[in-house]
Amino acid sequence: MSNVRPIPSPQTPSDDRAHEADHPSSLVAKFGMDQPLKLDCGVDLAPFQIAYQTYGELNADRSNAILICHALTGDQHVNNTHPVTGKPGWWDTMVGAGRPIDPDKYFIICSNVIGGCMGSTGPASLNPATGKVWGLDFPIITIPDMVRAQAMLIDRLGIATLFCVVGGSMGGMQVLQWTAAYPERVFATLAIACSTRHSAQNIAFHELGRQAVMADPDWRGGRYVDEDTHPHRGLAVARMAAHITYLSDAALHRKFGRRMQDRELPTFSFDADFQVESYLRYQGSSFVERFDANSYLYLTRAMDYFDIAADHNGVLAKAFAGIQTRFCVVSFTSDWLFPTSESRALVHALNASSARVSFAEIETDRGHDAFLLDVPEFLDISRAFLLAAGKARGLNEGVAQS
Amino acid sequence: MSMQQTLPLPGVAPERTGGYRRDHLLVAEMVRPGSRVLDVGCGDGELLQLLESRGIDGRGIELSREGVNGCVAKGLAVVQGDADTDLVNYPDDAFDYVILSQTLQATRQPKVVLENLLRIGQRAIVSFPNFGFWKMRLQLLIGGHMPRTENLPASWYDTSNIHFCTIKDFVELCEQINVKMERAVALDLYGRPVPLNLPWWVWNMFGEQGVFLLSRGGQGK
Repeated sequence: MSNVRPIPSPQTPSDDRAHEADHPSSLVAKFGMDQPLKLDCGVDLAPFQIAYQTYGELNADRSNAILICHALTGDQHVNNTHPVTGKPGWWDTMVGAGRPIDPDKYFIICSNVIGGCMGSTGPASLNPATGKVWGLDFPIITIPDMVRAQAMLIDRLGIATLFCVVGGSMGGMQVLQWTAAYPERVFATLAIACSTRHSAQNIAFHELGRQAVMADPDWRGGRYVDEDTHPHRGLAVARMAAHITYLSDAALHRKFGRRMQDRELPTFSFDADFQVESYLRYQGSSFVERFDANSYLYLTRAMDYFDIAADHNGVLAKAFAGIQTRFCVVSFTSDWLFPTSESRALVHALNASSARVSFAEIETDRGHDAFLLDVPEFLDISRAFLLAAGKARGLNEGVAQS
Repeated sequence: MSMQQTLPLPGVAPERTGGYRRDHLLVAEMVRPGSRVLDVGCGDGELLQLLESRGIDGRGIELSREGVNGCVAKGLAVVQGDADTDLVNYPDDAFDYVILSQTLQATRQPKVVLENLLRIGQRAIVSFPNFGFWKMRLQLLIGGHMPRTENLPASWYDTSNIHFCTIKDFVELCEQINVKMERAVALDLYGRPVPLNLPWWVWNMFGEQGVFLLSRGGQGK
């Protein structure tokens, strides 16, 4: 077994990650003791900060702002080089010049969620009361808390109504929460590969990930920063398991099949003989370079607690009663994490509320991750929806439809 | 297949007035301004656009992705779905009118669909190709094979139209499930109404399609 290579330790110095958590390479909105974030768990969080990026210009009417909500392991760097990994923005198929969300047309805002680790206050941030990182002393946060913090940021930016709120997966949950909590502040929404509640299967996968992190002896009850360790093995395993749920059987088969990694024959060991193993290990080890383990626990928990209907006596349609917002809901045929049936349930509730909703299921074998990939039919419908909604909002005047 | 879907179904070359198909104008005329309408099988959204231009709040259901994409690009609110399986998810009385244009014959359970239309909507507007049309009859009688027309060019083995009926059949179904016919119009091959003062059997012979405005029958429902 001597040739078994463990998940490597992160190459990024932990100081760099810690630095991004408190002093991000982003714009930062700081909220003092007089402006606490009222969390669902009952805690008033203050002070706190929200790290965010913007692209494009706000027009004179302040009517062209699009808020992008990122997914579980995303961040605010939607359309610029990532300060830690050096990789391109995470949604460059959707956002950018000539893309559906074009900074030449819209003022684009993307903020790191509260509880994240890229500059918004979270378990990786310094707790001003103790001078140490928050760790598990950080209060539990929810999707509504994330949206409440975003609304405070949008207030700070002087924007009364967002033209559109856009997001996939956990980002889609925030999109739906925006419409349920602030319907009058959202003109249109694009809710992708998401659900109004986290399913039992998804909670189960999250629990698996959290237990993997906590089972790593380097986790140290969440105090790994103080003890100068990092539970990178546990976090990598969590990421590997989660990553499988973002793909599909067909996509894995097409991409890897049973092909061997740099070898002709099995080594009769537990080394990564198969390409798919090697790929997963890479996904795991690259993830720990940029993500905080405790933050992963908090954000998965926030998704688990999400259930819009529960806040409205179990009747989903009540959450959207009388809403004027235009909805576009998109799902993918091969997404088994947030299957089409979840989107349809949302659409039925929106129909029952007489909401103005469009819905399309996109045929693809690329699984849940399809929303991040170059899937032309998906990008086309997103573009079409935004252009038509923009027209209704009085935007895009004189802009040719490409 | 896609060719078939993009064919303008009613009328060989449906006559247009002000850029709109005559059968669509007839349907639009049946809808009171300011009402809420669900168009089941809305295709590329041409009828919905006409309705919205008249201040009607429209929604659509469409099976084909191309149709949904086209509708979304026009700013219409259209949901990808199937008349046979998705109508049950709409609440009672959600709309003033539910329109089923040239789709009834392609559903698996036309009777159930019709009942759902009048559960969801106060009124329903249904149009369908009339299999009692003289050209159809002639092909079966003389030619001895399943009729194919300019409007319905598919062979029996590749057509999506599985439940053809005649105007007479449809009228009988409406009576059977206690549906009230508020208005009935037969259109000829060019989308022109067959004169009103002619008897039913003439409609059933010379109407290429039937367009019906329906409401719930008084008692027994």
